[in-house]
Amino acid sequence: MNKYLLALLAGLFSTSAWADALTGEVEKQPLNIPAIIMFFLFVAATLYITYWAARKNTTTSDFYTAGGGISGFKNGLAIAGDYMSAASFLGISAMVYTTGYDGLIYSTGFLVGWPIVLFLIAERLRNLGKFTFADVAAYRLKQTPVRLFAASGTLLVVMIYLIAQVVGAGKLIQLLFGMNYIWAVLIVGVLMVLYVLFGGMLATTWVQIIKAVLLLSGATFMAFMVLKIADFSPEIMFKKATEVHEKGTSIMSPGGLVKNPIDALSLGVALMFGTAGLPHILMRFFTVKDAKQARKSVFVATGFIGYFYILTFIIGFGAIMLLTKDPQFFETTIKDGVEITQIIGGNNMAAVHLSNAVGGNIFLGFISAVAFATILAVVAGLTLSGASAVSHDLYASVIMKGKARPHDEMRISRLTTLVLGVLAIILGIAFENQNVAFMVGLAFALAASANFPILFLSMFWKNLTTRGAVVGGFSGLIAATTLIVLGPTVWVSVLHNDAPIFPYGNPALFTIPLTFIVAWLVSVTDTSERAKLDKAGFQAQYVRSMTGIGASGAAQH
Amino acid sequence: MDKLTQRVLDNPEFQKMAHQKSVLGWSFSILIFSIYVVYILYIGLSPESFGVPVGTGSITTWGIYIGLFVILFAIAITGIYVHKANGVFEETTQRVIRVVQEQNHE
Repeated sequence: MNKYLLALLAGLFSTSAWADALTGEVEKQPLNIPAIIMFFLFVAATLYITYWAARKNTTTSDFYTAGGGISGFKNGLAIAGDYMSAASFLGISAMVYTTGYDGLIYSTGFLVGWPIVLFLIAERLRNLGKFTFADVAAYRLKQTPVRLFAASGTLLVVMIYLIAQVVGAGKLIQLLFGMNYIWAVLIVGVLMVLYVLFGGMLATTWVQIIKAVLLLSGATFMAFMVLKIADFSPEIMFKKATEVHEKGTSIMSPGGLVKNPIDALSLGVALMFGTAGLPHILMRFFTVKDAKQARKSVFVATGFIGYFYILTFIIGFGAIMLLTKDPQFFETTIKDGVEITQIIGGNNMAAVHLSNAVGGNIFLGFISAVAFATILAVVAGLTLSGASAVSHDLYASVIMKGKARPHDEMRISRLTTLVLGVLAIILGIAFENQNVAFMVGLAFALAASANFPILFLSMFWKNLTTRGAVVGGFSGLIAATTLIVLGPTVWVSVLHNDAPIFPYGNPALFTIPLTFIVAWLVSVTDTSERAKLDKAGFQAQYVRSMTGIGASGAAQH
Repeated sequence: MDKLTQRVLDNPEFQKMAHQKSVLGWSFSILIFSIYVVYILYIGLSPESFGVPVGTGSITTWGIYIGLFVILFAIAITGIYVHKANGVFEETTQRVIRVVQEQNHE
């Protein structure tokens, strides 16, 4: 019984870590020609943009931040494009399709981090930093150790996130296009390197914007058609859905997701504060001209992301209403000797089948192509962020002590992009049959437990010292990683032990306070000469963070 | 500490604006954080109260409205903050910058 419960919990949390769309067993579907054609149209368009952006991509500032010349609105769309992953589209609508209300609880967790980013992070980040969040964390502290920590935090989060995305791409391509896993990994690896290597931040931003517009329009159309069928009455939609769903009216209220409030809350704070610590998200704030545009971009992003989650909720209910009684969307397979009838390709295909039901075969192709294109936008942002951590933080600041020639720094960042692409392909292949469901949750937990607290303290607490930042940050990284390995998602689901040593799926509720406490304790007991310098620098930093005096502006083109 | 920093810190208009902005940012942060935490804890403790229909005979439950409210509230609160910070606060900031830079040139 206990074992069954644990398996159930682990299952819930693998869905809740977005990742069901990206993981688990999938069965290759027949070749989907319209989808493949539309995907290659997207690729052609984005490669053309990359070609155009390549000519403007000459300085380090162009490469890292598109010269700081992106408008607040465009950046907001790009942030939304960075954040709305394939799995949040397919995974959350699938969650609504299977459990109803729980999908809504889950989306709110992803959204409420954005106001926090705005109120506490965005403006100061923009005024203090230039290329990476390490610029801000190390502003008044000793460069070498703080940047070493920030680069470790960045690279860990980026690699883990990247693996989850690439493996997810491989699973998706089998479902959506009927192509082989290895193709997906190669396509994703090669394209992300091309975008970033030649087009830098400008091309990456446009890939994210195009994808956001396509995904939002496709989802809007689907939600519109669903509502049209329900005479534009949510009540009729809910009524029709509850009539055919096997769980009946219970899909209108919370189900199993929040069985354990501590676990749910821990995941919630990881999502909330993780958003404010994801390096590829933080980096986006340096692409706008000033604090005003940075704030505007968060509002635009929050609006679009919130709108998108409302659409996925409608899409999920639409799938219940329109697919459940239609045998053409179901298949009967034998799994573990038991005959089961399920939606073709699994529950994560609910939104994809719905696109067929409301828009026919061509629209099905469009939605499949957009779902796959979504991954490209996310991995491009991740790669750029990883490359900047190596070239700007490790090479230019730690190794060359800030005396690197821009030309050399650029070369290192391009080289790193290439290395990250090769690594993504190798790891994507290596992890094909691994359960990577925990990885997105892990990335968020690490970002929330290490990057966020140190970034926050460096901006808000004048007594933070170099030693406090580094010891605190690394303890957050180590604690979060250890507890996830000992928790149900890895210890039980991946390593097949009977019971987890740490009972919660996400450690953030404990590891975020831990980082704060360690950073505080080490800082207040730090009486070194360096600590005096660290504290003395706060006021000048504060004034710049509030006014932007001396902040790096948009480059002149 | 350089002169410019000191002048900004000594500027009464800056002090007032910085204080107001920090009060606004912190109270909004606490507000959205508490709403979310209460939402999750309430679901954990009393899921059935989310399943109560909004009217007799209706299917739509209070839970749907509450969930939508959390999403719309998050969007609205960022909108209000941006309106305020990009409006009044930003004007004050630019004014303070002009004033202290003139002082610096004197």
